[in-house]
Amino acid sequence: MEQILATISQLFTVSGSRRQNELLYFAECPKEHLVGLLTHLRDHEGFTHLTFVTAVDRIEDGRFQVVYMLHNYDSGMQLGIEVYIGRDAPELDSIHTLWEQARVFQQELREMFGIRFPGSPRLDENFALEGWDGIPPMRRDFDTKKYSEETFFPRPGRFSEEPREYMKKKLYPDRGSDV
Amino acid sequence: MFEGDRSLYPTVVDGKAQFDLASGKFLKLWQGPQHPGITGNMSLELVVSGDEVYECKVHVGYLHRGFEKLIEQRLYIQSFPLVCRICVPEPDFNEYLYAVALEELAGITVPERAEWLRILTLEMARLTSFLMWIGGQAGAFGHGTIGQWTVTYRDYLLDLFEELSGMRIYHKYIVPGGVRNELPEGFTGRLEAVLDKTEKLLGELEVVLLNNAIIKARSVGLGIITPDMIDRYGITGPNQRAAGFRRDLRKDQPNLVYDQLDFEPITGSASDAYDRLLCRYHEMHQSISLIRQIIKKMPGSGPFHEQLPNVLHWKIPAGQTYKKAECTRGEYGYFVVSDGSMRPRRAYVRGPSYTHAMVLMERLAVGTNLADIAGLMVSLHTYPPEVER
Repeated sequence: MEQILATISQLFTVSGSRRQNELLYFAECPKEHLVGLLTHLRDHEGFTHLTFVTAVDRIEDGRFQVVYMLHNYDSGMQLGIEVYIGRDAPELDSIHTLWEQARVFQQELREMFGIRFPGSPRLDENFALEGWDGIPPMRRDFDTKKYSEETFFPRPGRFSEEPREYMKKKLYPDRGSDV
Repeated sequence: MFEGDRSLYPTVVDGKAQFDLASGKFLKLWQGPQHPGITGNMSLELVVSGDEVYECKVHVGYLHRGFEKLIEQRLYIQSFPLVCRICVPEPDFNEYLYAVALEELAGITVPERAEWLRILTLEMARLTSFLMWIGGQAGAFGHGTIGQWTVTYRDYLLDLFEELSGMRIYHKYIVPGGVRNELPEGFTGRLEAVLDKTEKLLGELEVVLLNNAIIKARSVGLGIITPDMIDRYGITGPNQRAAGFRRDLRKDQPNLVYDQLDFEPITGSASDAYDRLLCRYHEMHQSISLIRQIIKKMPGSGPFHEQLPNVLHWKIPAGQTYKKAECTRGEYGYFVVSDGSMRPRRAYVRGPSYTHAMVLMERLAVGTNLADIAGLMVSLHTYPPEVER
């Protein structure tokens, strides 16, 4: 695996390669080199299986970490290629020409994170949500509680108790607030 | 397929039919979300010409529960009631993979006995899931009785799960650090009795299902997956092995104690719906054999749970990992990212149905008969809950 990492770092700008366990490695690359690097890994290094594509919202740095997980059936190695892109107007090159299933992963990332993949088929069709026009729900700044309060107003006659206060009242009813 | 004058049918180029929907010669038809021939809550948007399907678009979203978002907002241990619900017929793989991902990030090693108890529940879950699937497959080809038989035997296994964990469907038996409790008194004896009964049922299934002329006529040659499609579409599991690929994560990268068990990956060659049925049928026998081996080789006693820090204040060091295992449908995986806080930064679930139900189904449906769509879909063994999570 070290040899593959050395080869790809000669051909592409690859940084931050690290070992997670004996079969799983991660490496970072800039978004311009992504398609070239993935094509090289698929065609020359035996990483023929695209396991998944997903994103992690690193809101504190103002960027998304997009992970492309590849698998080599011969050596059993798993290599995660990470790309960091800005959270404002995020865009990446589409890889639907390399793997057919990438189309679905990209469709989901567009819907859940708002990352665009120009040229990817059926990118703007609904994946799991229908008629969604708010901020993409998997972003960290999407507030689920606020959304549900705005969308599903509480039914009359229902109230909720703060669990800590409720148990205090129930267990020590005569002690008042000094428990 | 109609074998007379085919000039009125559209031509298919590279899996895509060339037709003009506005010509009025084609019919757009929805199969699902409420349809007996659909595996769960998803729908197929079909374009048919006569009774042949020329375009298929898969729509999911009827079952989106936002589990990945909810996991981000909960403590690590609070996510366990969520992860098992991601795949309803086979929850144990979710619990196992989420637990091992946390264990790797937190640097916990589990006792040997826990590994054996985990592998036992995983194989039991595999058999349970296959028993449900084979009923669905037979039903999709018009043989509804088989489903009633196999679901009964699935229930016998669910009884054992209830005895083991207190719950029938979602077990929450596998937890970080090991498993929740020891096997009940006399459990292995009762399990072996159920295995014997199930084996007898499988013998009957061979007669009425595998040697059934109608099933064969409808499934042989249906939905052929060619070897070049395997990597292009990311196909895993029995769908891949039926195409002749000897790839099984249990054998290639043994997790738990699979390396101490004696088994060989089951492969096929025809790669059609019937071959996939055969592969899965033999994997049920394999699963029974594995459970028997596990009962025999399992250490008699020992600790089954590693001491954890207080799980309500459990902080896991920053890091990320991907753990995977071979479930009934193929590669199931959890990608968990921790940022050092008490809650996971991200937990991504990679279900095999993601590729099988979406891109592969859309490709294989082109040119098949409308009546075979249900059988084709079940033969890919897809579960919508893991697609949308």
